[in-house]
Amino acid sequence: MDRIGPLAARLRAELGPDRVISDRQELRTYECDGLTHYRVVPALAVLPRDHTELARTVRACADAGVPFVARGSGTGLSGGALPHADGVLVVTSRMRAIVEVAPDDERAVVEPGVINVQVSRAAAPFGYYYAPDPSSQQICSIGGNVAENSGGAHCLKYGFTTNHVTGATVVTPDGEVVRLGGRAPDTPGYDLLGAFVGSEGTLGIATEVTVRLVRAPETIRTLLAAFHTTDQAGAATSAIIAAGVVPAAVEMMDALAIEAAEAAVNCGYPPGAGAVLIVELDGPAAEVRAQFAQVTALCEENDAFELRIAADDAERALFWKGRKSAFAAVGRISPDYIVQDGVIPRTALPQVLRRIGEVSAEHGVRVANVFHAGDGNLHPLVLFDDAVPGEAERAEQVSGAILDLCIEHGGSITGEHGVGVDKARYMPRMFTADDLDTMQLVRCAFDPDGLSNPGKVFPTPRLCGEVPGRRKGTHPAQEAGLAEIF
Amino acid sequence: MTALDELTEPAKDDDAVAGVPARLVAAPTSTAQASAVLRAAADAGLAVAFRGGGTKLDWGAPPRRLDLIVDTRGLTGVVEHAAGDLIAVVRAGTPMAEVREHLGPAGQQLALDTSEAGATVGGTVAVSASGPRRQLYGTARDLVIGMTVVRADGTVAHSGGKVVKNVAGYDLAKLFTGAYGTLGLITRCAFRLHPRPGAEAVVRAAPPDLGAALAAIRAAQVVPSAVEVDGETGEVAVLVEGTPAGVRDRAATLVRILGDDAGRPHWWGTYPWEPGGTGLKLTAALSRVPALVVRAAALARVRGSAGTGVLYAGLPPDTAPDEAADAVAELRAAAGDAGGHAVVLTAPAEVRAGVDMWGPVDGLALMRRVKQQFDPDARLAPGRFVGGI
Ligand SMILES: Cc1cc2nc3c(=O)[nH]c(=O)nc-3n(C[C@H](O)[C@H](O)[C@H](O)COP(=O)(O)OP(=O)(O)OC[C@H]3O[C@@H](n4cnc5c(N)ncnc54)[C@H](O)[C@@H]3O)c2cc1C
Ligand SMILES: Cc1cc2nc3c(=O)[nH]c(=O)nc-3n(C[C@H](O)[C@H](O)[C@H](O)COP(=O)(O)OP(=O)(O)OC[C@H]3O[C@@H](n4cnc5c(N)ncnc54)[C@H](O)[C@@H]3O)c2cc1C
Repeated sequence: MDRIGPLAARLRAELGPDRVISDRQELRTYECDGLTHYRVVPALAVLPRDHTELARTVRACADAGVPFVARGSGTGLSGGALPHADGVLVVTSRMRAIVEVAPDDERAVVEPGVINVQVSRAAAPFGYYYAPDPSSQQICSIGGNVAENSGGAHCLKYGFTTNHVTGATVVTPDGEVVRLGGRAPDTPGYDLLGAFVGSEGTLGIATEVTVRLVRAPETIRTLLAAFHTTDQAGAATSAIIAAGVVPAAVEMMDALAIEAAEAAVNCGYPPGAGAVLIVELDGPAAEVRAQFAQVTALCEENDAFELRIAADDAERALFWKGRKSAFAAVGRISPDYIVQDGVIPRTALPQVLRRIGEVSAEHGVRVANVFHAGDGNLHPLVLFDDAVPGEAERAEQVSGAILDLCIEHGGSITGEHGVGVDKARYMPRMFTADDLDTMQLVRCAFDPDGLSNPGKVFPTPRLCGEVPGRRKGTHPAQEAGLAEIF
Repeated sequence: MTALDELTEPAKDDDAVAGVPARLVAAPTSTAQASAVLRAAADAGLAVAFRGGGTKLDWGAPPRRLDLIVDTRGLTGVVEHAAGDLIAVVRAGTPMAEVREHLGPAGQQLALDTSEAGATVGGTVAVSASGPRRQLYGTARDLVIGMTVVRADGTVAHSGGKVVKNVAGYDLAKLFTGAYGTLGLITRCAFRLHPRPGAEAVVRAAPPDLGAALAAIRAAQVVPSAVEVDGETGEVAVLVEGTPAGVRDRAATLVRILGDDAGRPHWWGTYPWEPGGTGLKLTAALSRVPALVVRAAALARVRGSAGTGVLYAGLPPDTAPDEAADAVAELRAAAGDAGGHAVVLTAPAEVRAGVDMWGPVDGLALMRRVKQQFDPDARLAPGRFVGGI
């Protein structure tokens, strides 16, 4: 049965013909997100201009029983915005209005397609900014950030998207419009907003988002420290944290990542470094002065062989340029690469980095490490050449082995890029069937028909009609002799 | 012997929740045991409420029915404190004070303010209590990075983990934080910790114009850990924490803005109601805090966190029920005008009878669906939460 034809007709009639794309050639623009090896052409794409149009789009999909997938800027790295072949792609790129900047409330209200950095630009004249800063902040959308609970270099001190979103208007998968949270804190009731943030588009689409604005710091000081080994840089990181300093950011790059960054953007990092740390402190001047001296001393104690302190904004930008361009830069030293995203407890850094080195050597696959050292969020870049037979598979193996390492150390399979289609199969390695089943209860409450971004995050979705409660087989407590069924 | 015979005791006279007596009490000492208790309770169709230290058991509406209290005070202990990772995993029944003592020697803290003796980690998270320092550190919702819960049917589930940065799967801990025990039993939490600052200072004064003073504090580069206000004394008190040099500098700035009186006021971090009184939580958009304080102070004792928009209001125990109902209605209107909400946290039975404790809530239909999924037979503290959930 063709459901798309009548749905397209309804949407054209309700929203106007220019909002709806059904031409297959045009639809190809949207066949993937930032994870380009998954590609699916959607049956239809809709580009609403405002939140009423977006809500009508979802309602029409619900009425027709057609799955839909939200797409912001399509920079996601886990295939979260991968379209559904028989579904509608709802693109928010025309919804880019900054509805309000309210510095006295320390809030901004924006449409979901607004680009992350635009929020900070709009708040800057008032002395405020929007803290979560994914490396993709020049291009990614707030809606995508909310869906992925995106993080960035400054999350160590300031938290993630979830800590900075106080309200959202959401179209639930049945087409209802619900306000979650708001401008004031602690809205009574369940924290549905907290559950929505990071749900990767599986609980509905955000049509408007209220974010927290943070006072721009009085002072920022940035240090670049070069070490001979990643172990030394890791030890310096631990020493800084152990001293009770919470820097705005602690970022690490290893030799291969530095090589790539130098090749691409000529950032002029100290030659011969086996690892560099970028440590940034921000806050009140006297506070930063005191802590900066402490951090510098700790880097020296941990064998930094060169320390550079950014004299001005231009120099700070140069330090960051190498780091921020590292992903793209890897293209200069390898035809293909996988960006991995795993998390480990910070104290396990030296051990895990060494293991990554060993695994990489065993498989003959190079791995460049660029990461958020402060919170243990690794971004190993697994380099390969697709033209060499077998290399892609080996890279895939190394990439998976790294995730296993993360789980082994009590970490996570993703710190910021999300599960999407890419890591759904890893979820059972980190969570039990009961854990996943419990998460599905949330899905069933929001989306009983499974229309919102189906096939993402969970390897095997639950049937929401299932009678809950009755477990098959013996209960673990019975097995443990703790209880019996009566 | 059935599991219930084995795991529960008959209730005593004071085993009640918000005045509703229970028949049975269970005190599991492990998550597995808690799971067995809840599973047995499910099979027997019992209505269940959870109890930590019992300091806030009268918060929220009374349960519509109650058979079994699951007491968490056997579920105690800091399971893990990874000082180098600034995280701790703690069992739910652990008193907040014990957590403080445990982390203190490492120079670290779980940055949630609780003052009442006996308050447990689970209870604090379950009501999402927050004190003055939420301004800098956030609330339980921001500090919980992983959680183990037991569902109504006894299923044990984990979410999050013990790393700060983690986006794998839904953030169930957020849903359980502030759910008043209506979705399941929290048995352990993993928390993000903070270093204990080397120095702190409180600067306070009663400014002639509250709004101007708050705006000046916001505009200054003092990065306060708390900005508290008290309606009765008209005082504003600001806490700054950090390095000795940094604190000295910022305290000096605050003295220039506010005046010269320093030190923590007697009302700091306490609720403005007496035992047996009516206590409310009021929220507001930041810019409207001054107006709300003025309006609320005419009706009740009011104080709280001006820096985040969370205030508390109290009516004396001898307030007549209809007077209390009027005051609640007016406070609710005032909070609504300020872009926030007014929730009655606690009140004497006669007052409860005449007020809607939670008030109107957005997204209620969706919340009911969540409750229905987690507790389809409505056995967990039925009626306690918003909209009679
Ligand atoms: C070079 C590069 C660097 C990156 N660096 C970082 C980084 O440092 N930190 C980080 O966290 N991420 C990073 N990313 C990943 C990506 O930028 C983020 O995940 C970002 O939040 C995605 O935003 P987007 O608008 O592109 O979303 P999309 O890719 O369009 O969508 C992402 C997910 O969000 C859903 N979604 C989109 N809009 C909505 C909405 N309005 N409501 C509900 N769901 C919605 C989609 O269905 C999908 O599941 C990087 C990506 C690149 C290419
Ligand atoms: C300004 C301010 C001042 C404060 N001052 C104090 C103070 O002086 N004293 C004080 O104690 N607190 C204070 N608090 C907050 C207070 O700490 C919490 O309310 C308290 O910690 C509740 O803990 P409890 O163990 O006594 O919970 P209980 O009273 O036992 O339970 C509270 C609620 O949580 C549920 N619950 C309990 N445990 C669990 C669990 N494991 N899983 C699921 N649900 C559960 C219960 O069913 C009940 O609904 C203050 C907060 C603020 C903002």
